Amino acid sequence: MSTTEPVSEETVSSHAAGLRPIDRVRLARDPQRPSTLDYIAELFTNFVELHGDRTFGDDGALIGGLATFHGRSVLVLGHQGGSNTRENLARNFGMPKPEGFRKARRLMRHAEKFQLPIITFIDTSGADPGIGSEERGQGTAIAESLLEMIGVQVPIICVVIGEGGSGGALAISLGDRLLMLENAVYAVASPEACAAILWKDASFAGEAADTMRVTAADLQRFGIIDELIVEPVPAHEAPRETIVAVGLRIAAHLDELVHRFDVSDPGSVERLLKERYAKFRRIGAWHEA
Amino acid sequence: MRSFFQRQGKFRPRSSEEATGDSAIPEDMWVKCPKCGELIYSKELDHNDRVFPKCSHQFRLNARERIALLADDGSFEEWDSGIQPEDPLQFVDPKGAYADKLVSTQQKTGETESLITGSSRIDGRPSVMVVTEFAFMGASMGSVWGEKLARAVERATREGLPVLTVNASGGARMHEGLFSLMQMAKTVAAFDRLGRARLPHFSLLIDPCFGGVTASYATVADVILAEPGALIGFAGQRVIEQVTKQKLPADFQTAEFLLDHGMIDLIVERALLRATIATLIDHHVAPSRPSFSANGHEAGDLLAGTDDIARAVNAEPVRHSAS
Repeated sequence: MSTTEPVSEETVSSHAAGLRPIDRVRLARDPQRPSTLDYIAELFTNFVELHGDRTFGDDGALIGGLATFHGRSVLVLGHQGGSNTRENLARNFGMPKPEGFRKARRLMRHAEKFQLPIITFIDTSGADPGIGSEERGQGTAIAESLLEMIGVQVPIICVVIGEGGSGGALAISLGDRLLMLENAVYAVASPEACAAILWKDASFAGEAADTMRVTAADLQRFGIIDELIVEPVPAHEAPRETIVAVGLRIAAHLDELVHRFDVSDPGSVERLLKERYAKFRRIGAWHEA
Repeated sequence: MRSFFQRQGKFRPRSSEEATGDSAIPEDMWVKCPKCGELIYSKELDHNDRVFPKCSHQFRLNARERIALLADDGSFEEWDSGIQPEDPLQFVDPKGAYADKLVSTQQKTGETESLITGSSRIDGRPSVMVVTEFAFMGASMGSVWGEKLARAVERATREGLPVLTVNASGGARMHEGLFSLMQMAKTVAAFDRLGRARLPHFSLLIDPCFGGVTASYATVADVILAEPGALIGFAGQRVIEQVTKQKLPADFQTAEFLLDHGMIDLIVERALLRATIATLIDHHVAPSRPSFSANGHEAGDLLAGTDDIARAVNAEPVRHSAS
């Protein structure tokens, strides 16, 4: 999008030739692909995980805490699934419940109070579709997180590292910068759900993925993401290299934002929020007769 | 008894039958109530705001009927009706291209999109009114929705007007991919600014309201109202059943269920909507005036001053709270 300074070229990696969108969906979901906790372990120090929404419970599918990133204290938030069945059950397959989104909102307020930048990692198939989640206001919890994020008075950098699944992904991706790994995907609905509704058969997910334009290259072309981070090989084949590459890009954007916006200066904060507003205000495809 | 459905001229609401292209159905036909199974003359149903008198089943209203129900006669002025959808993904499903679907849906419904915005008066109170059209692709939220709503809310912020949104939706429009999802962010952002200007947003949830609309501006309004029995939720019931393999509670995702769980402020019968919203506007827009009704009635006199109240007071009591 318009405001970002030097970003990498829109390039695709050599391994990507011939990859269909649905292949990227599979890569994005690979259980061995680096997760939020892997990024935290590699890129951050002094991580202190903070638990709970102070209302109902703690959600292992959306984690957060304070950490040091390039010499600076930050709030880090991210979706977290599991790489095996046991972990997946404990973390509800990375699908947050309302308490997860409410924890995210609480921690964002915390970050604002102590003027800490926010870094989020997006990696979820979506918000939990369960009876309890509906009882506790899943839609409301996501909406509250969005409302918090559009107005929080510190810089926010968001990175789609795996699957960006619908509202559950959006809930923590409303930032000043949206970066995306080459083999990550970000979609309004899963290709399977889209196929089930429009093809009446989930096995047409490949066709749905084609027409839904879910890849980072598509979203860069649409101006919805700010930067595509190339994966020379799929992330799970070179986890450390991928994580380091992502870390460098986060650092570059964070440096730029911190340099341009002084969170202790009200005028500067106002400009930050104005720019964030404009970033989302302009997204859409329509024309006026 | 007052009818909203016999108005003539520009703002005459079209009946649901016309809106769905079935204009051949005669006006005086029998309608079977899906709730109690009894029959009613369609004209009589219209006279009762399309609420079945015996069992209180609320038939859906189309957007123009909804505007006629809530806005003062002839007061609604539509904004931005020239904003047209596009097909940025060149989306194709087995039924064909989205671009073609848009054209046929526009012809079928007579609307350019699933959201209608404009200025109105509600029992005399100037307000911005935003109404969804479920017949237009299940009132799915796409780019036009986001743009129209953002413009309407920005204008309300500039002009110091309260905003009423009437929300039915099947969710974000898949045919516009991530553009649709991002309208959640765009609309919430606009309402954030309205709120910072201390102007109220009243959200009326009507049957059915799901997905991206429930997960964005509609549920972070200052006051959230719902119609009795409306189905409201984030995930659809079929999805929840498939994923959880559990039997859903009988009243699951009804307005009453949401009220019980603390998710909405109040449930209001159709006949009392206009007066309730008018009172809410007074409480937020001119809260320090001792007598704030536009008709000169005392504060808090909910039932005073509107000509559709005579009927309302004879109807069942309004459900303002959980029983």
